[in-house]
Amino acid sequence: MVSLSPKKLPSPDVTAGQLEQGHSLWHDAWIRLRKNKLAVIGGALLITLALLCGFGPFFAQAYYEQNLDLGAVAPCSAHWLGTDTLGRDLFARLLYGGRISLTVGLVATFVALTIGVTYGAVSGYAGGKTDAVMMRIVEIVAAMPFTVFVILLMVWFGRDIYLLFLAIGAVEWLTMARIVRGQIMTVKRMEFIEAARSLGLSNARIIFRHMIPNILGPIIVYTTLTIPSVMLLEAFLSFLGLGVQPPMSSWGSLIKDGAEKMEEFPWLLVAPGVVFSLTLFSLNFLGDGLRDALDVRASKD
Amino acid sequence: MLRFIARRFLETIPVLIVIVTAAFFLVRYMPGGPFDSEKATTPEIRKNLEHYYGYDLPLYQQYFKYVGRALHGDLGISMKYLNRTVNEIIGDKLPVSLELGALSLLTALVIGLPLGVAASLRPNTWLDYLSSGFAMTGICLPTFVLGPLLVLVFAIHFGQFNASGWFEASDRVLPSLTLGMYYAAYIARLTRGGMLDVLNQDYIRTAKAKGASTTRVILKHALRGGILPVVSFLGPAVAGILTGSFVIETVFQIPGLGREFVNSVSNRDGSLICGLALLYATFLIFLNLLVDLAIAWLNPKLKFE
Repeated sequence: MVSLSPKKLPSPDVTAGQLEQGHSLWHDAWIRLRKNKLAVIGGALLITLALLCGFGPFFAQAYYEQNLDLGAVAPCSAHWLGTDTLGRDLFARLLYGGRISLTVGLVATFVALTIGVTYGAVSGYAGGKTDAVMMRIVEIVAAMPFTVFVILLMVWFGRDIYLLFLAIGAVEWLTMARIVRGQIMTVKRMEFIEAARSLGLSNARIIFRHMIPNILGPIIVYTTLTIPSVMLLEAFLSFLGLGVQPPMSSWGSLIKDGAEKMEEFPWLLVAPGVVFSLTLFSLNFLGDGLRDALDVRASKD
Repeated sequence: MLRFIARRFLETIPVLIVIVTAAFFLVRYMPGGPFDSEKATTPEIRKNLEHYYGYDLPLYQQYFKYVGRALHGDLGISMKYLNRTVNEIIGDKLPVSLELGALSLLTALVIGLPLGVAASLRPNTWLDYLSSGFAMTGICLPTFVLGPLLVLVFAIHFGQFNASGWFEASDRVLPSLTLGMYYAAYIARLTRGGMLDVLNQDYIRTAKAKGASTTRVILKHALRGGILPVVSFLGPAVAGILTGSFVIETVFQIPGLGREFVNSVSNRDGSLICGLALLYATFLIFLNLLVDLAIAWLNPKLKFE
């Protein structure tokens, strides 16, 4: 038999002092990330590299300063990483190249992020025919051979590195759009969105104020993983001679120069190759660490 | 299922139309035309050249003529090598690129699968760490760093291989290793993850309890489910190997289609750029199609979405 007498509710007599200290989602993620040694090492390396490339050139020799009498010398105390065939200090060139490579990575990723998030959010939120058409467009663009696309753009607009940023960003937004669309579609059916809609909020406000903050985790993780692929694409183009043009140098073009002269001067290949790979290592480890730390589905608690 | 295939197949048609249109007009309006050379050409010669390539026709006629020919598999005449058609060049160079691609994919599978399986059988031991370390190294070392480094060490320093060329069997080793390494790393990682998911499942325990040998359990029972992630990775992998050959063929001086494509851009060889772009795009589209079909076939849940 079911008792019909009213149940006494537990009285809310918990005092403030006994309340358990709450942790925000971000705080938990930060603690989990700190436990991941490789991610921490990666992060520290990246900060060091960014500081070196950002401020180092103020103290080092100018990257274009030639010394033809000196020619190419192996690493020594005056030139830590040696010099190239024109007597230019490789360390200084690496720092400058890093500025360009890292800037391309950040700016192009930002372009990709902006386009991808907006596009994916609109597509996922609208649903139906709009969604089908928008996703078909993504498929068409994804089916374009991206190298051809970027190369043709480079041929068209001259060799301006800002256009390189845009061209790379315009290629890399596709995956972001797909991820955001998928996330939006799951969030869309939740009650708080219904509540927001019943309050009469505009669609744009619902998307950007209520949905995006709730899918920030995957966006951050994927952004971290986009940076290395963007830098790789830039280096790929520069290696084929279609990216950054001399006298400027990115890590990609330094690797290209090094590969051409490695028989006599191997350090010209080894130094930029190692620095570039280390950067990719760090970004990938940091991205993986962030994914483990932020991805609620994967974490046990 | 048949409807899904038909729908997916029909969907590729607009994609192809967009690509052929974009490629045609981007190349047609490319600054620095194919007939601008250092040697001054007389207006008569130029006119003759333009007539030869049909550049004197109205634009829409050129476009439809190109599309019509492309549909019959005729991609026109090269603008750099005046007496060669694009089809001849493709026929010449494609086999080399295909051989390189096939060998690289084989390398990737032969290295990646066993490493991933080994790591999944002994998780969190030195073997696992070794495999993960290899995977991370392979993923972070770009081909244009790894390739020259391998040449530096094995060709120049130890003199075991030729630094470039595509003549002897030994010339195949370094390029396929370089191109395959990244995918080997990825496959090792995916195999490990997939196998770990499968190995904890009941049917594996059942198989063990019934007295199946470890080899049999792994090869016959676990691997079937464990390599599913690898199967869906094969599509992007083949596509990546296709474009990755641009760099490899440049580094190792291999006379393949990838190098021809990069050269065609600096030569401003319009018909070759357009034709190769079309070829690569068609290839990639049908690859995507195949992967989608394979995934739908392997995973019934996706069939009705």
